[in-house]
Amino acid sequence: MNEQTVVLITYFVLAAFIGFEVISNVPTILHTPLMSGSNAIHGIILVGALLIAANAQTTLQIVLGLLAVFMATVNVVGGFVVTDRMLEMFKARQPGGEKGKEQ
Amino acid sequence: MIIATELIYLLAAVLFILGLQFLSSPRSARHGNWIAAAGMVLAVAWTVVVLRDSFTTAGIIICAVGFVIGGIVGVVSARTVKMTAMPQMVAIFNGAGGGAAALVGISGLVNLAGKQPAFQTGFPEVLAVIIGGISFAGSVIAFLKLQELITGAPITFPGQHLINGILALVILVLAAILLAVNNSIVVIAVLLALVLVLGVTFVLPIGGADMPVVISMLNACTGLAVAASGFALNNFALIVAGTLVGASGTLLTRKMSDAMGRSLVNVLFGAFGQVKVSAVGGTGTAGHTVRSGSAEDIGTLLAYSQSVIIVPGYGLAVAQGQHALRELADLLEKRGVDVKYAIHPVAGRMPGHMNVLLAEANVPYDQLKEMDEINDEFKQTDVALVVGANDVVNPAARNSPGSDIYGMPILNADQARNVVILKRSMRPGFAGIDNELFYDHRTIMLFGDAKESLTKLVAAVKAA
Repeated sequence: MNEQTVVLITYFVLAAFIGFEVISNVPTILHTPLMSGSNAIHGIILVGALLIAANAQTTLQIVLGLLAVFMATVNVVGGFVVTDRMLEMFKARQPGGEKGKEQ
Repeated sequence: MIIATELIYLLAAVLFILGLQFLSSPRSARHGNWIAAAGMVLAVAWTVVVLRDSFTTAGIIICAVGFVIGGIVGVVSARTVKMTAMPQMVAIFNGAGGGAAALVGISGLVNLAGKQPAFQTGFPEVLAVIIGGISFAGSVIAFLKLQELITGAPITFPGQHLINGILALVILVLAAILLAVNNSIVVIAVLLALVLVLGVTFVLPIGGADMPVVISMLNACTGLAVAASGFALNNFALIVAGTLVGASGTLLTRKMSDAMGRSLVNVLFGAFGQVKVSAVGGTGTAGHTVRSGSAEDIGTLLAYSQSVIIVPGYGLAVAQGQHALRELADLLEKRGVDVKYAIHPVAGRMPGHMNVLLAEANVPYDQLKEMDEINDEFKQTDVALVVGANDVVNPAARNSPGSDIYGMPILNADQARNVVILKRSMRPGFAGIDNELFYDHRTIMLFGDAKESLTKLVAAVKAA
Protein backbone atom coordinates (compact mmCIF):
# COMPACT_ATOMS: atom_id res chain seq x y z
CA MET A 1 0.00 0.00 0.00
CA ASN A 2 1.46 3.34 -0.96
CA GLU A 3 0.97 6.83 0.38
CA GLN A 4 -1.58 7.78 -2.26
CA THR A 5 -3.84 4.84 -1.35
CA VAL A 6 -3.74 5.91 2.29
CA VAL A 7 -4.87 9.40 1.30
CA LEU A 8 -7.78 7.93 -0.69
CA ILE A 9 -8.78 5.74 2.25
CA THR A 10 -8.71 8.84 4.48
CA TYR A 11 -11.16 10.60 2.16
CA PHE A 12 -13.35 7.51 2.23
CA VAL A 13 -13.48 7.17 6.01
CA LEU A 14 -14.11 10.86 6.66
CA ALA A 15 -16.81 11.04 3.98
CA ALA A 16 -18.52 7.99 5.51
CA PHE A 17 -18.77 9.72 8.89
CA ILE A 18 -20.09 12.92 7.32
CA GLY A 19 -22.67 10.93 5.34
CA PHE A 20 -24.01 9.35 8.52
CA GLU A 21 -24.00 12.58 10.46
CA VAL A 22 -25.50 14.91 7.91
CA ILE A 23 -28.86 13.16 7.49
CA SER A 24 -29.28 11.82 11.02
CA ASN A 25 -32.23 14.11 11.84
CA VAL A 26 -34.30 13.66 8.70
CA PRO A 27 -38.07 13.48 9.36
CA THR A 28 -40.03 10.55 7.89
CA ILE A 29 -41.85 12.66 5.32
CA LEU A 30 -38.56 13.52 3.65
CA HIS A 31 -37.28 9.95 3.36
CA THR A 32 -38.36 9.60 -0.26
CA PRO A 33 -37.07 12.97 -1.53
CA LEU A 34 -33.82 12.44 0.37
CA MET A 35 -33.34 9.02 -1.19
CA SER A 36 -34.06 10.50 -4.59
CA GLY A 37 -31.68 13.42 -4.02
CA SER A 38 -28.82 11.23 -2.85
CA ASN A 39 -29.59 9.00 -5.82
CA ALA A 40 -28.86 11.97 -8.07
CA ILE A 41 -25.61 12.70 -6.21
CA HIS A 42 -24.12 9.30 -7.01
CA GLY A 43 -24.65 10.31 -10.62
CA ILE A 44 -21.18 11.85 -10.11
CA ILE A 45 -20.16 8.60 -11.79
CA LEU A 46 -20.66 10.71 -14.92
CA VAL A 47 -17.20 12.14 -14.19
CA GLY A 48 -15.81 8.59 -14.19
CA ALA A 49 -17.72 7.76 -17.36
CA LEU A 50 -16.28 10.83 -19.12
CA LEU A 51 -12.76 9.85 -18.01
CA ILE A 52 -13.04 6.40 -19.59
CA ALA A 53 -14.96 7.55 -22.67
CA ALA A 54 -12.66 10.47 -23.51
CA ASN A 55 -9.85 8.41 -24.98
CA ALA A 56 -11.86 5.50 -26.33
CA GLN A 57 -10.37 3.93 -29.47
CA THR A 58 -11.30 0.28 -29.86
CA THR A 59 -14.87 -0.75 -30.61
CA LEU A 60 -15.24 -2.28 -27.16
CA GLN A 61 -14.02 0.90 -25.48
CA ILE A 62 -16.42 2.97 -27.57
CA VAL A 63 -19.39 0.77 -26.67
CA LEU A 64 -18.53 0.73 -22.97
CA GLY A 65 -17.85 4.46 -22.88
CA LEU A 66 -21.02 5.41 -24.72
CA LEU A 67 -23.19 3.20 -22.48
CA ALA A 68 -21.50 4.52 -19.34
CA VAL A 69 -21.92 8.19 -20.30
CA PHE A 70 -25.53 7.59 -21.31
CA MET A 71 -26.50 5.77 -18.13
CA ALA A 72 -24.66 8.16 -15.85
CA THR A 73 -26.33 11.14 -17.52
CA VAL A 74 -29.77 9.57 -17.09
CA ASN A 75 -28.93 9.08 -13.41
CA VAL A 76 -27.79 12.67 -12.84
CA VAL A 77 -30.33 14.58 -14.91
CA GLY A 78 -33.34 12.39 -14.14
CA GLY A 79 -32.38 12.21 -10.48
CA PHE A 80 -32.24 15.95 -9.87
CA VAL A 81 -35.34 16.73 -11.95
CA VAL A 82 -37.48 14.06 -10.30
CA THR A 83 -36.35 15.16 -6.83
CA ASP A 84 -37.27 18.74 -7.65
CA ARG A 85 -40.71 17.62 -8.77
CA MET A 86 -41.26 15.84 -5.47
CA LEU A 87 -40.11 18.83 -3.46
CA GLU A 88 -42.16 21.26 -5.50
CA MET A 89 -45.19 19.62 -3.91
CA PHE A 90 -43.87 20.36 -0.45
CA LYS A 91 -43.33 24.01 -1.24
CA ALA A 92 -47.04 24.54 -1.95
CA ARG A 93 -47.88 24.11 1.68
CA GLN A 94 -44.95 25.94 3.25
CA PRO A 95 -47.02 29.09 3.96
CA GLY A 96 -49.22 27.04 6.29
CA GLY A 97 -46.09 25.61 7.81
CA GLU A 98 -44.69 28.98 8.76
CA LYS A 99 -47.10 29.43 11.63
CA GLY A 100 -45.09 27.67 14.28
CA LYS A 101 -45.72 24.26 12.74
CA GLU A 102 -42.10 23.28 12.38
CA GLN A 103 -41.79 19.67 11.25
CA MET B 1 -4.20 22.40 -13.32
CA ILE B 2 -4.06 19.51 -10.89
CA ILE B 3 -4.37 21.87 -7.93
CA ALA B 4 -7.30 23.66 -9.57
CA THR B 5 -8.99 20.30 -10.20
CA GLU B 6 -8.57 19.24 -6.60
CA LEU B 7 -9.96 22.54 -5.34
CA ILE B 8 -12.95 22.42 -7.65
CA TYR B 9 -13.73 18.83 -6.66
CA LEU B 10 -13.44 19.91 -3.03
CA LEU B 11 -15.94 22.70 -3.65
CA ALA B 12 -18.28 20.22 -5.36
CA ALA B 13 -17.97 17.86 -2.37
CA VAL B 14 -18.86 20.71 0.02
CA LEU B 15 -21.93 21.49 -2.12
CA PHE B 16 -22.97 17.82 -1.99
CA ILE B 17 -22.67 17.77 1.80
CA LEU B 18 -24.65 21.00 2.16
CA GLY B 19 -27.19 19.65 -0.31
CA LEU B 20 -27.74 16.50 1.75
CA GLN B 21 -27.98 18.57 4.91
CA PHE B 22 -30.59 20.88 3.41
CA LEU B 23 -32.48 17.90 1.96
CA SER B 24 -32.99 16.63 5.51
CA SER B 25 -35.19 19.54 6.56
CA PRO B 26 -38.62 20.32 5.05
CA ARG B 27 -38.02 24.05 4.84
CA SER B 28 -34.76 23.92 2.91
CA ALA B 29 -35.13 20.64 1.01
CA ARG B 30 -35.73 22.15 -2.41
CA HIS B 31 -32.69 24.43 -2.12
CA GLY B 32 -30.67 21.42 -1.02
CA ASN B 33 -31.46 19.64 -4.26
CA TRP B 34 -30.32 22.62 -6.32
CA ILE B 35 -27.16 23.09 -4.28
CA ALA B 36 -26.22 19.47 -4.94
CA ALA B 37 -27.06 19.91 -8.62
CA ALA B 38 -24.78 22.97 -8.76
CA GLY B 39 -21.96 20.87 -7.30
CA MET B 40 -22.61 18.28 -9.99
CA VAL B 41 -22.51 20.80 -12.85
CA LEU B 42 -19.27 22.20 -11.48
CA ALA B 43 -17.57 18.80 -11.18
CA VAL B 44 -18.72 17.57 -14.60
CA ALA B 45 -17.96 20.81 -16.44
CA TRP B 46 -14.47 21.05 -14.97
CA THR B 47 -13.78 17.42 -15.89
CA VAL B 48 -14.61 18.23 -19.51
CA VAL B 49 -12.26 21.25 -19.36
CA VAL B 50 -9.44 19.09 -18.00
CA LEU B 51 -10.02 16.42 -20.62
CA ARG B 52 -10.30 18.84 -23.56
CA ASP B 53 -6.91 18.00 -25.06
CA SER B 54 -7.01 14.27 -24.51
CA PHE B 55 -10.33 13.50 -26.25
CA THR B 56 -10.04 11.15 -29.20
CA THR B 57 -12.44 11.81 -32.09
CA ALA B 58 -14.51 8.81 -31.07
CA GLY B 59 -14.30 10.02 -27.48
CA ILE B 60 -15.83 13.41 -28.25
CA ILE B 61 -18.61 11.84 -30.26
CA ILE B 62 -19.63 9.23 -27.69
CA CYS B 63 -19.46 11.71 -24.81
CA ALA B 64 -21.64 14.20 -26.69
CA VAL B 65 -24.10 11.59 -27.95
CA GLY B 66 -24.35 9.82 -24.59
CA PHE B 67 -24.78 13.10 -22.79
CA VAL B 68 -27.45 14.51 -25.10
CA ILE B 69 -29.52 11.33 -25.35
CA GLY B 70 -29.12 10.59 -21.64
CA GLY B 71 -30.13 14.13 -20.78
CA ILE B 72 -33.23 13.99 -22.94
CA VAL B 73 -34.26 10.59 -21.60
CA GLY B 74 -33.64 11.78 -18.03
CA VAL B 75 -35.58 15.03 -18.29
CA VAL B 76 -38.50 13.63 -20.27
CA SER B 77 -39.02 10.59 -18.06
CA ALA B 78 -38.60 12.58 -14.85
CA ARG B 79 -41.04 15.26 -15.96
CA THR B 80 -43.72 12.98 -17.36
CA VAL B 81 -43.76 10.24 -14.72
CA LYS B 82 -46.93 10.17 -12.64
CA MET B 83 -46.56 10.94 -8.95
CA THR B 84 -47.73 7.41 -8.16
CA ALA B 85 -44.92 5.90 -10.24
CA MET B 86 -42.21 7.93 -8.51
CA PRO B 87 -40.69 4.99 -6.58
CA GLN B 88 -39.98 2.91 -9.67
CA MET B 89 -38.58 5.98 -11.43
CA VAL B 90 -36.05 6.43 -8.62
CA ALA B 91 -35.26 2.71 -8.90
CA ILE B 92 -34.49 2.92 -12.60
CA PHE B 93 -32.33 6.05 -12.22
CA ASN B 94 -30.45 4.28 -9.47
CA GLY B 95 -29.99 1.23 -11.68
CA ALA B 96 -28.56 3.44 -14.42
CA GLY B 97 -25.98 4.86 -11.98
CA GLY B 98 -25.05 1.38 -10.74
CA GLY B 99 -24.70 0.16 -14.32
CA ALA B 100 -22.46 3.11 -15.20
CA ALA B 101 -20.22 2.38 -12.20
CA ALA B 102 -19.98 -1.27 -13.26
CA LEU B 103 -19.09 -0.22 -16.83
CA VAL B 104 -16.32 2.08 -15.56
CA GLY B 105 -14.91 -0.89 -13.63
CA ILE B 106 -15.20 -3.21 -16.63
CA SER B 107 -13.55 -0.70 -18.91
CA GLY B 108 -10.54 -0.51 -16.59
CA LEU B 109 -10.24 -4.30 -16.44
CA VAL B 110 -10.73 -4.77 -20.18
CA ASN B 111 -8.01 -2.25 -21.00
CA LEU B 112 -5.56 -4.41 -19.09
CA ALA B 113 -6.97 -7.71 -20.36
CA GLY B 114 -4.29 -10.35 -20.55
CA LYS B 115 -2.06 -8.37 -18.20
CA GLN B 116 -2.03 -8.48 -14.45
CA PRO B 117 -3.82 -5.37 -13.11
CA ALA B 118 -2.17 -3.62 -10.18
CA PHE B 119 -4.01 -4.54 -7.01
CA GLN B 120 -4.75 -0.95 -6.05
CA THR B 121 -6.68 -0.30 -9.26
CA GLY B 122 -7.78 -3.86 -10.05
CA PHE B 123 -9.39 -4.52 -6.68
CA PRO B 124 -11.64 -1.43 -6.66
CA GLU B 125 -12.52 -2.07 -10.31
CA VAL B 126 -13.72 -5.57 -9.47
CA LEU B 127 -15.67 -4.17 -6.51
CA ALA B 128 -17.32 -1.57 -8.74
CA VAL B 129 -18.36 -4.31 -11.17
CA ILE B 130 -19.78 -6.52 -8.41
CA ILE B 131 -21.62 -3.88 -6.37
CA GLY B 132 -22.67 -1.78 -9.35
CA GLY B 133 -23.87 -4.84 -11.28
CA ILE B 134 -25.97 -6.10 -8.35
CA SER B 135 -27.42 -2.62 -7.95
CA PHE B 136 -28.25 -2.43 -11.65
CA ALA B 137 -29.96 -5.82 -11.91
CA GLY B 138 -31.69 -5.44 -8.54
CA SER B 139 -33.04 -2.02 -9.48
CA VAL B 140 -34.43 -3.35 -12.74
CA ILE B 141 -36.30 -6.08 -10.85
CA ALA B 142 -37.55 -3.53 -8.30
CA PHE B 143 -38.79 -1.40 -11.19
CA LEU B 144 -40.57 -4.35 -12.83
CA LYS B 145 -42.22 -5.29 -9.53
CA LEU B 146 -43.45 -1.79 -8.74
CA GLN B 147 -44.61 -1.24 -12.32
CA GLU B 148 -46.44 -4.56 -11.90
CA LEU B 149 -44.84 -5.97 -15.04
CA ILE B 150 -43.96 -8.94 -12.86
CA THR B 151 -45.82 -10.01 -9.74
CA GLY B 152 -45.17 -7.91 -6.65
CA ALA B 153 -45.46 -11.02 -4.49
CA PRO B 154 -42.21 -12.63 -3.37
CA ILE B 155 -40.95 -15.24 -5.84
CA THR B 156 -39.33 -18.01 -3.88
CA PHE B 157 -37.98 -21.45 -4.60
CA PRO B 158 -36.51 -24.09 -2.33
CA GLY B 159 -32.89 -23.62 -1.36
CA GLN B 160 -32.96 -20.01 -2.50
CA HIS B 161 -30.67 -18.65 0.19
CA LEU B 162 -28.27 -21.54 -0.39
CA ILE B 163 -28.15 -20.89 -4.15
CA ASN B 164 -27.63 -17.16 -3.61
CA GLY B 165 -24.88 -17.97 -1.11
CA ILE B 166 -23.12 -20.29 -3.57
CA LEU B 167 -23.51 -17.70 -6.33
CA ALA B 168 -21.90 -15.05 -4.11
CA LEU B 169 -19.06 -17.44 -3.28
CA VAL B 170 -18.40 -18.25 -6.96
CA ILE B 171 -18.33 -14.52 -7.71
CA LEU B 172 -15.72 -13.94 -5.01
CA VAL B 173 -13.59 -16.84 -6.31
CA LEU B 174 -13.83 -15.49 -9.87
CA ALA B 175 -12.83 -12.06 -8.62
CA ALA B 176 -9.79 -13.55 -6.93
CA ILE B 177 -8.85 -15.46 -10.11
CA LEU B 178 -9.26 -12.29 -12.13
CA LEU B 179 -6.98 -10.31 -9.87
CA ALA B 180 -4.33 -12.92 -9.14
CA VAL B 181 -4.25 -15.44 -11.99
CA ASN B 182 -6.01 -14.73 -15.22
CA ASN B 183 -7.41 -11.35 -16.23
CA SER B 184 -9.05 -12.37 -19.50
CA ILE B 185 -12.14 -11.00 -21.20
CA VAL B 186 -13.85 -14.37 -20.74
CA VAL B 187 -13.44 -14.27 -16.95
CA ILE B 188 -14.62 -10.67 -16.85
CA ALA B 189 -17.72 -11.55 -18.91
CA VAL B 190 -18.59 -14.56 -16.75
CA LEU B 191 -18.12 -12.48 -13.61
CA LEU B 192 -20.44 -9.79 -14.93
CA ALA B 193 -23.09 -12.34 -15.95
CA LEU B 194 -23.06 -14.00 -12.51
CA VAL B 195 -23.24 -10.62 -10.76
CA LEU B 196 -26.33 -9.71 -12.79
CA VAL B 197 -27.95 -13.06 -11.96
CA LEU B 198 -27.25 -12.52 -8.26
CA GLY B 199 -28.85 -9.07 -8.41
CA VAL B 200 -31.99 -10.63 -9.90
CA THR B 201 -32.24 -13.58 -7.51
CA PHE B 202 -31.52 -11.32 -4.55
CA VAL B 203 -34.48 -8.98 -5.16
CA LEU B 204 -37.01 -11.48 -6.61
CA PRO B 205 -37.94 -13.02 -3.22
CA ILE B 206 -38.64 -9.62 -1.66
CA GLY B 207 -42.29 -8.50 -1.66
CA GLY B 208 -43.47 -5.35 -3.41
CA ALA B 209 -44.38 -3.68 -0.12
CA ASP B 210 -40.74 -3.78 0.93
CA MET B 211 -39.40 -2.35 -2.34
CA PRO B 212 -38.79 1.17 -0.94
CA VAL B 213 -36.36 -0.25 1.61
CA VAL B 214 -34.68 -2.32 -1.10
CA ILE B 215 -34.38 0.67 -3.44
CA SER B 216 -32.85 2.69 -0.63
CA MET B 217 -30.37 -0.11 0.00
CA LEU B 218 -29.48 -0.44 -3.69
CA ASN B 219 -29.06 3.34 -3.71
CA ALA B 220 -26.46 3.02 -0.98
CA CYS B 221 -24.84 0.18 -2.97
CA THR B 222 -24.53 2.35 -6.07
CA GLY B 223 -22.90 5.00 -3.89
CA LEU B 224 -20.30 2.47 -2.77
CA ALA B 225 -19.75 1.24 -6.33
CA VAL B 226 -19.12 4.84 -7.38
CA ALA B 227 -16.68 5.26 -4.50
CA ALA B 228 -14.91 2.08 -5.62
CA SER B 229 -14.50 3.39 -9.16
CA GLY B 230 -13.17 6.58 -7.57
CA PHE B 231 -10.40 4.50 -5.96
CA ALA B 232 -9.65 2.91 -9.34
CA LEU B 233 -9.51 6.27 -11.14
CA ASN B 234 -7.79 8.02 -8.22
CA ASN B 235 -10.57 10.60 -8.23
CA PHE B 236 -11.46 12.61 -5.13
CA ALA B 237 -14.94 13.66 -6.33
CA LEU B 238 -16.08 10.09 -7.03
CA ILE B 239 -14.79 8.78 -3.70
CA VAL B 240 -16.33 11.52 -1.58
CA ALA B 241 -19.70 11.79 -3.35
CA GLY B 242 -20.05 8.00 -3.64
CA THR B 243 -19.17 7.45 0.00
CA LEU B 244 -21.53 10.20 1.17
CA VAL B 245 -24.38 8.43 -0.60
CA GLY B 246 -23.22 5.01 0.57
CA ALA B 247 -23.17 6.09 4.21
CA SER B 248 -26.27 8.28 4.27
CA GLY B 249 -28.13 5.69 2.18
CA THR B 250 -27.27 2.95 4.66
CA LEU B 251 -28.57 5.03 7.54
CA LEU B 252 -31.68 5.99 5.57
CA THR B 253 -32.35 2.33 4.77
CA ARG B 254 -32.27 1.54 8.47
CA LYS B 255 -34.56 4.45 9.28
CA MET B 256 -37.04 3.24 6.67
CA SER B 257 -37.17 -0.31 7.96
CA ASP B 258 -37.48 1.08 11.51
CA ALA B 259 -40.49 3.11 10.36
CA MET B 260 -42.08 -0.17 9.28
CA GLY B 261 -41.22 -1.77 12.61
CA ARG B 262 -39.07 -4.42 10.95
CA SER B 263 -35.44 -5.31 10.95
CA LEU B 264 -33.47 -4.95 7.74
CA VAL B 265 -32.51 -8.63 7.82
CA ASN B 266 -36.19 -9.54 7.97
CA VAL B 267 -36.92 -7.30 4.98
CA LEU B 268 -34.12 -8.74 2.86
CA PHE B 269 -34.40 -12.41 3.72
CA GLY B 270 -37.90 -12.85 5.16
CA ALA B 271 -39.80 -13.25 1.83
CA PHE B 272 -42.37 -11.06 3.56
CA GLY B 273 -45.88 -10.94 2.15
CA GLN B 274 -46.16 -14.42 0.70
CA VAL B 275 -49.82 -15.23 0.33
CA LYS B 276 -50.69 -17.45 3.26
CA VAL B 277 -53.00 -20.37 2.61
CA SER B 278 -55.35 -19.82 5.53
CA ALA B 279 -56.13 -16.96 7.87
CA VAL B 280 -53.10 -15.99 9.92
CA GLY B 281 -52.99 -15.24 13.61
CA GLY B 282 -55.32 -16.02 16.47
CA THR B 283 -58.47 -14.37 15.22
CA GLY B 284 -59.65 -16.30 12.22
CA THR B 285 -61.64 -14.12 9.90
CA ALA B 286 -63.32 -16.89 7.96
CA GLY B 287 -67.08 -17.05 8.42
CA HIS B 288 -67.44 -13.45 9.56
CA THR B 289 -69.59 -11.20 7.45
CA VAL B 290 -68.64 -7.98 5.81
CA ARG B 291 -71.06 -5.06 5.93
CA SER B 292 -71.09 -2.96 2.80
CA GLY B 293 -73.07 0.25 2.63
CA SER B 294 -74.36 2.59 -0.04
CA ALA B 295 -72.72 5.91 -0.79
CA GLU B 296 -75.90 7.64 0.47
CA ASP B 297 -75.75 5.96 3.89
CA ILE B 298 -72.09 6.73 4.31
CA GLY B 299 -72.51 10.29 3.03
CA THR B 300 -75.16 10.89 5.68
CA LEU B 301 -72.99 9.35 8.39
CA LEU B 302 -70.11 11.64 7.42
CA ALA B 303 -72.26 14.76 7.08
CA TYR B 304 -73.77 14.45 10.55
CA SER B 305 -70.63 13.50 12.44
CA GLN B 306 -68.52 15.97 14.40
CA SER B 307 -65.07 14.65 13.69
CA VAL B 308 -63.61 12.65 10.82
CA ILE B 309 -60.09 11.36 10.46
CA ILE B 310 -59.10 10.41 6.92
CA VAL B 311 -56.58 7.61 6.46
CA PRO B 312 -55.25 7.77 2.89
CA GLY B 313 -53.41 4.86 1.31
CA TYR B 314 -51.98 3.65 -1.94
CA GLY B 315 -55.46 2.94 -3.39
CA LEU B 316 -56.07 6.69 -3.31
CA ALA B 317 -52.87 7.28 -5.22
CA VAL B 318 -53.64 4.67 -7.86
CA ALA B 319 -57.11 6.07 -8.46
CA GLN B 320 -55.70 9.64 -8.55
CA GLY B 321 -58.47 10.46 -6.08
CA GLN B 322 -56.64 13.09 -4.03
CA HIS B 323 -58.58 16.00 -5.56
CA ALA B 324 -61.95 14.31 -5.00
CA LEU B 325 -60.86 13.57 -1.43
CA ARG B 326 -60.03 17.19 -0.82
CA GLU B 327 -63.38 18.25 -2.24
CA LEU B 328 -65.12 15.89 0.18
CA ALA B 329 -63.04 17.19 3.09
CA ASP B 330 -63.79 20.82 2.18
CA LEU B 331 -67.50 20.05 1.97
CA LEU B 332 -67.47 18.40 5.40
CA GLU B 333 -65.51 21.28 6.91
CA LYS B 334 -68.08 23.74 5.57
CA ARG B 335 -70.70 21.81 7.51
CA GLY B 336 -68.62 22.22 10.67
CA VAL B 337 -67.10 18.76 10.72
CA ASP B 338 -63.59 18.60 12.13
CA VAL B 339 -61.46 16.93 9.42
CA LYS B 340 -57.91 15.68 9.79
CA TYR B 341 -55.66 13.40 7.79
CA ALA B 342 -53.69 10.67 9.54
CA ILE B 343 -50.51 9.88 7.64
CA HIS B 344 -48.83 6.58 8.35
CA PRO B 345 -45.05 6.78 7.91
CA VAL B 346 -45.13 4.19 5.14
CA ALA B 347 -48.55 4.93 3.66
CA GLY B 348 -48.46 4.53 -0.08
CA ARG B 349 -45.40 2.78 -1.35
CA MET B 350 -42.71 4.98 0.02
CA PRO B 351 -42.33 7.04 3.17
CA GLY B 352 -43.65 10.52 2.46
CA HIS B 353 -45.58 9.36 -0.61
CA MET B 354 -48.97 10.47 0.80
CA ASN B 355 -47.68 13.88 1.90
CA VAL B 356 -46.55 14.54 -1.64
CA LEU B 357 -49.86 13.47 -3.16
CA LEU B 358 -52.03 15.43 -0.75
CA ALA B 359 -49.83 18.48 -1.07
CA GLU B 360 -50.41 18.23 -4.82
CA ALA B 361 -54.17 18.50 -4.13
CA ASN B 362 -53.50 21.56 -1.92
CA VAL B 363 -54.55 19.92 1.32
CA PRO B 364 -53.49 22.37 4.07
CA TYR B 365 -50.30 21.36 5.84
CA ASP B 366 -51.74 21.70 9.34
CA GLN B 367 -54.42 19.08 8.65
CA LEU B 368 -51.84 16.40 7.95
CA LYS B 369 -51.03 14.60 11.18
CA GLU B 370 -48.26 12.12 11.68
CA MET B 371 -49.08 8.83 13.32
CA ASP B 372 -47.79 9.52 16.83
CA GLU B 373 -49.53 12.85 16.88
CA ILE B 374 -52.99 11.56 16.03
CA ASN B 375 -53.18 7.96 17.23
CA ASP B 376 -54.77 8.88 20.58
CA GLU B 377 -57.45 10.96 18.88
CA PHE B 378 -59.16 8.07 17.11
CA LYS B 379 -60.97 7.08 20.33
CA GLN B 380 -62.85 10.40 20.36
CA THR B 381 -63.48 10.40 16.63
CA ASP B 382 -66.86 9.70 15.05
CA VAL B 383 -65.66 8.33 11.74
CA ALA B 384 -62.34 6.99 10.54
CA LEU B 385 -62.51 7.19 6.74
CA VAL B 386 -59.99 4.76 5.30
CA VAL B 387 -59.37 5.46 1.62
CA GLY B 388 -57.48 2.73 -0.20
CA ALA B 389 -55.35 1.83 2.81
CA ASN B 390 -55.19 -1.62 4.35
CA ASP B 391 -52.06 -2.87 6.07
CA VAL B 392 -51.46 0.39 7.95
CA VAL B 393 -54.78 -0.03 9.80
CA ASN B 394 -54.62 -3.81 10.27
CA PRO B 395 -55.13 -4.55 13.98
CA ALA B 396 -53.27 -7.85 13.47
CA ALA B 397 -50.09 -5.80 13.80
CA ARG B 398 -51.11 -5.14 17.40
CA ASN B 399 -53.06 -8.29 18.31
CA SER B 400 -51.76 -11.35 16.45
CA PRO B 401 -48.22 -12.29 17.37
CA GLY B 402 -48.31 -14.92 14.60
CA SER B 403 -48.93 -12.38 11.89
CA ASP B 404 -46.27 -11.27 9.46
CA ILE B 405 -46.86 -7.62 10.25
CA TYR B 406 -47.00 -8.09 14.02
CA GLY B 407 -45.12 -5.24 15.66
CA MET B 408 -45.51 -2.79 12.80
CA PRO B 409 -46.85 0.49 14.19
CA ILE B 410 -50.37 1.09 12.86
CA LEU B 411 -52.97 3.83 12.89
CA ASN B 412 -55.66 3.11 15.49
CA ALA B 413 -58.52 3.50 13.02
CA ASP B 414 -60.21 0.50 14.67
CA GLN B 415 -60.75 2.59 17.83
CA ALA B 416 -62.98 5.14 16.12
CA ARG B 417 -66.75 4.95 16.73
CA ASN B 418 -67.37 4.14 13.07
CA VAL B 419 -64.98 2.95 10.42
CA VAL B 420 -65.68 3.53 6.74
CA ILE B 421 -63.41 1.72 4.32
CA LEU B 422 -63.26 2.58 0.64
CA LYS B 423 -61.66 -0.28 -1.18
CA ARG B 424 -61.65 -1.84 -4.61
CA SER B 425 -62.37 -5.37 -3.45
CA MET B 426 -61.80 -7.76 -0.56
CA ARG B 427 -58.38 -8.61 -1.90
CA PRO B 428 -55.71 -8.54 0.79
CA GLY B 429 -53.36 -5.56 0.74
CA PHE B 430 -49.88 -5.24 -0.66
CA ALA B 431 -48.44 -7.22 2.22
CA GLY B 432 -50.82 -10.08 1.34
CA ILE B 433 -52.44 -10.33 4.78
CA ASP B 434 -56.12 -10.52 5.64
CA ASN B 435 -57.51 -7.62 7.68
CA GLU B 436 -59.91 -8.36 10.55
CA LEU B 437 -60.97 -4.71 10.65
CA PHE B 438 -63.08 -5.36 7.53
CA TYR B 439 -65.19 -7.80 9.55
CA ASP B 440 -65.67 -5.55 12.58
CA HIS B 441 -69.30 -4.68 13.41
CA ARG B 442 -68.48 -0.95 13.38
CA THR B 443 -67.05 -1.11 9.89
CA ILE B 444 -68.89 -0.23 6.69
CA MET B 445 -67.25 -1.02 3.38
CA LEU B 446 -67.81 0.89 0.17
CA PHE B 447 -66.42 -1.10 -2.74
CA GLY B 448 -65.15 0.49 -5.94
CA ASP B 449 -62.45 2.68 -7.38
CA ALA B 450 -61.42 5.24 -4.74
CA LYS B 451 -61.99 8.24 -6.98
CA GLU B 452 -65.46 7.12 -8.08
CA SER B 453 -66.45 6.28 -4.52
CA LEU B 454 -65.26 9.68 -3.32
CA THR B 455 -67.17 11.45 -6.07
CA LYS B 456 -70.31 9.55 -5.05
CA LEU B 457 -69.72 10.51 -1.42
CA VAL B 458 -69.35 14.17 -2.40
CA ALA B 459 -72.77 14.02 -4.09
CA ALA B 460 -74.27 12.19 -1.10
CA VAL B 461 -72.91 14.73 1.40
CA LYS B 462 -74.25 17.59 -0.73
CA ALA B 463 -77.69 15.94 -0.69
CA ALA B 464 -77.67 15.17 3.04
